[in-house]
Amino acid sequence: MPGDGSLERLRREGRIVVVGASLAGLRAAEALRAKGFEGSLTMIGDEPHEPYDRPPLSKQVLLGRAAADRTALPRLRPVDATWRLGVPASGLDMAARRVRLADGDEVPYDRLLIATGVRARPWPHEAEAELDGVFVLRTRDDSAALARRLDAGPKRVLVIGAGFTGSEIASACRERGLPVTVAERGSAPLVGALGGVVGSVAAELQREHGVDLRCGVMVTALEGDTSGRVRAAHLSDGSTVEADVVIVSLGATRNTEWLAGSGLGAGPRGIACDAGCRAFDIRGIVTDDIYAAGDVARSPHALFGYQFLSLEHWGNAVSQARIAAHNMLSESTDRLPHMEVPAFWSAQFGVNIKSVGAPSLGTEILISQGSLQERRFVGVYGYQGRVIGAVAFDHARWLPFYRELIETTASFPPPFDNVDRRPGGQRPIDADFPDPSVPTHGPTVTLSGYSPADRRMTFTPAH
Amino acid sequence: MVRLAVDLNRCQGYAQCAFLAPDVFAMHGDEALLYAPEADESQRARLAQAAAACPVQAVLVDAVDVPADVPDEAVSGAR
Amino acid sequence: MTQSLLHQILDHANRANPYPLYEELRKTPVHHVDGGPYVVSTYYEIRSLLHDPRISSDVRNLASTARDPLAGPAQEESALPPSFLRLDPPEHDRLRRMTNRPFGPPHSPRRIDGMRGELHDIVSGLIDDIGDPDRIDLVDQFSYPFPVTVICRLLGVPREDEARFHTWADTLAASLDPDPDADPAERGKGANEARMQLGMYLAGLIEERRKNPGDDMLSRLATAQGEDGAMTTMELLSTAALLLIAGHETTVNLITNGMLTLLRHPDVLQRLREDPGFAVPLVEELLRFEPPVQLVPQRTTLADIEVRGVTIPKGASLWLVLASGNRDPQRFEDPDRFDPDRRDIQHLGLGSGIHSCFGAPLARLEAQFALSELARRLENPRLLEDPPPYRQNAVLRGPRHLPISCDGIRP
Repeated sequence: MPGDGSLERLRREGRIVVVGASLAGLRAAEALRAKGFEGSLTMIGDEPHEPYDRPPLSKQVLLGRAAADRTALPRLRPVDATWRLGVPASGLDMAARRVRLADGDEVPYDRLLIATGVRARPWPHEAEAELDGVFVLRTRDDSAALARRLDAGPKRVLVIGAGFTGSEIASACRERGLPVTVAERGSAPLVGALGGVVGSVAAELQREHGVDLRCGVMVTALEGDTSGRVRAAHLSDGSTVEADVVIVSLGATRNTEWLAGSGLGAGPRGIACDAGCRAFDIRGIVTDDIYAAGDVARSPHALFGYQFLSLEHWGNAVSQARIAAHNMLSESTDRLPHMEVPAFWSAQFGVNIKSVGAPSLGTEILISQGSLQERRFVGVYGYQGRVIGAVAFDHARWLPFYRELIETTASFPPPFDNVDRRPGGQRPIDADFPDPSVPTHGPTVTLSGYSPADRRMTFTPAH
Repeated sequence: MVRLAVDLNRCQGYAQCAFLAPDVFAMHGDEALLYAPEADESQRARLAQAAAACPVQAVLVDAVDVPADVPDEAVSGAR
Repeated sequence: MTQSLLHQILDHANRANPYPLYEELRKTPVHHVDGGPYVVSTYYEIRSLLHDPRISSDVRNLASTARDPLAGPAQEESALPPSFLRLDPPEHDRLRRMTNRPFGPPHSPRRIDGMRGELHDIVSGLIDDIGDPDRIDLVDQFSYPFPVTVICRLLGVPREDEARFHTWADTLAASLDPDPDADPAERGKGANEARMQLGMYLAGLIEERRKNPGDDMLSRLATAQGEDGAMTTMELLSTAALLLIAGHETTVNLITNGMLTLLRHPDVLQRLREDPGFAVPLVEELLRFEPPVQLVPQRTTLADIEVRGVTIPKGASLWLVLASGNRDPQRFEDPDRFDPDRRDIQHLGLGSGIHSCFGAPLARLEAQFALSELARRLENPRLLEDPPPYRQNAVLRGPRHLPISCDGIRP
């Protein structure tokens, strides 16, 4: 109750438990301490490592420029926590306010933050997935094992799935001079996140850098030799690729199984929470003591008609962590909504790819600056007459402008002239996203629910 | 060792860090940045220059010398 | 008002402290007086416009009606094509990329880092040679010769030719300064004349470097074979002229403004003396507090643009007052306080967006070395005149002389 001192007590001697000791969990813990939380803080993580940064795992580490065990996140301030690392949470008792751990222990809380993130989706055929040489890439240990194998100089690497991670892996392999085949179910790399128009540029990039790119095919089976090492993959077009390293890069699965039966609104699509990161229970009623942040959370976004968005983005984890921490320690009237415009980056084949907004929700694209042929451009995505996203290839410095267009729900196509508008950028074309009914692993922004209704809504970001 | 991370959402490829601390930061192409997430102690002064010079303040360097609250090999059940 | 705010800002009488005028200016974030430029003075608006692709740096996009005396001289009849500073993408991007090739990462990642020892030696030599500590002109004896020596070495321009290009550089720097009272045609002619002379001088040097290439930037630019190919001779001349002039005019002011500010804040000077590493945050705060480029007067709009409720028409002359944005209380707490401990410091001192200062890393290192060494070696330094005499230029603002004295020079 506001003003009854309970918040003050929470601040002074409360117990906050954070499940998930990665980026969102750490930044939330730091924010709690920065906001004066003096009670006990427990960090629970299934991996035995202190919080580390994941983006380098598919880039610097595979290039051999950094060791996989050397990507621990910098500490912005002391968190003075009890760390329970190497043991996953296995259950939640909402009524008793306790988190159960896999080792049988139970940890009581007054406030709980769930930031359990996602894990790599494994190869669906279990026996094939266990062949030696078959990898996924999500964790530090995955990256270390893969980097070691790449060091050994495999004869050919097969990457299954050309989303961002798969493409980055292919890029690193090529830079190391390794022969690479990429098999992608869609029509082009990155097609789920950025559509076919931009995907075709990504495809050219890959081929130009010597990737044997096969699109519109599925890998139907992995084949091992007698010693249990992978030796080949069979493709849906009848072809076979001989490869001694196979990296399965088919997207991610949300880590919510441990919440099954808890009564929390958690499922395969994540944990539903409000714009202030408070989790919903299965009845659709918002809880007041359980929060979610990062990849595992899905929450309504003001810019997209309050539809629920799941964002597997680094920046989203950081900003939700801050919001959740703030709101845990605030009266209801002082709570803040999470409304950062989604933003994403990927570096591959020497090109810096950045996006703002939600390109995958767009239907049309207009190349407003530069050209696809030169691979230096800005593409603006439109949806029902408004700007909903933008992507830049080596054009990052312009993106703040497009973010403002998205924030102000500017009209699409942009009605103005600007520098470096080429003949090919005079009118929008179909962005060429795959049929949404066909599952893809690509998009990093996914959305459910109704369409943005109020097209002239003004969105004012907090500076 | 000094830990660092770059908020690449903020990064706009001004490359100030790569100019000022080339053993830690490198440009990959015109705009993409690669960095060593752990830098040698001898790089600390250059890192301070790189972080200060970043026009979008995207370089995050350890503010805490050694995170004393995490044991080297944190194990399950540690309290 | 007898004099418009803009005239007051340009008036040399107000050069020593334009900040109260900027404060006045910020009351109208988009300031426009009939026939004059649209002047933007608040932080967020300036930053947005620096990243706005509807803004052009190419003077050819300026509507002829906007070419008032304040808009600066036209350059289309110049003997040299515009440098990348005055071009839009894709030409800007291509030329800047090519110029960067021998200068910075990814192709030359250690060029600037490798100059640290040299920078230190030049600074030491100049301080050694100061002579009479009772009356030092910091500008003539230090702030000017230091960056000039550096840019000459970097480019491969003989230092002894300095006397020759000094006059041309002065004229060109002055041409950036909007002067309400001068005849624009006359000024344009003077600037073009200087550009041509400088161009001819550089052409001779480049010819020489092509025959006997060294590791200097001119040699590397003249013999470049990158993905973008080679620059044309005319592009090369424009670029070389830009680097030579921009490579020192601004840094002179950064260092002089820095020493002036330190002498006005003895506690900060003392901290710098004790901790040379303090120069790092100090220079960033300096770039906010006393930026060497006060305003960008050469942008124009490619479309009607609404800023804070004002429609700036297509083809208008647009001024972005960086130094005012840096003092905007909406962005910086207690903005008129010089505070090197400020944590939140995304200043506009070196611009932002695609035209952000090309030489920024070098300028930073030069200022850091210069100020920390001056602080360490000058014993009890003090200002002899405050404010010191300023140069005419309102854009590249800084003292013409900085008379100081000290008790002696430490080894």
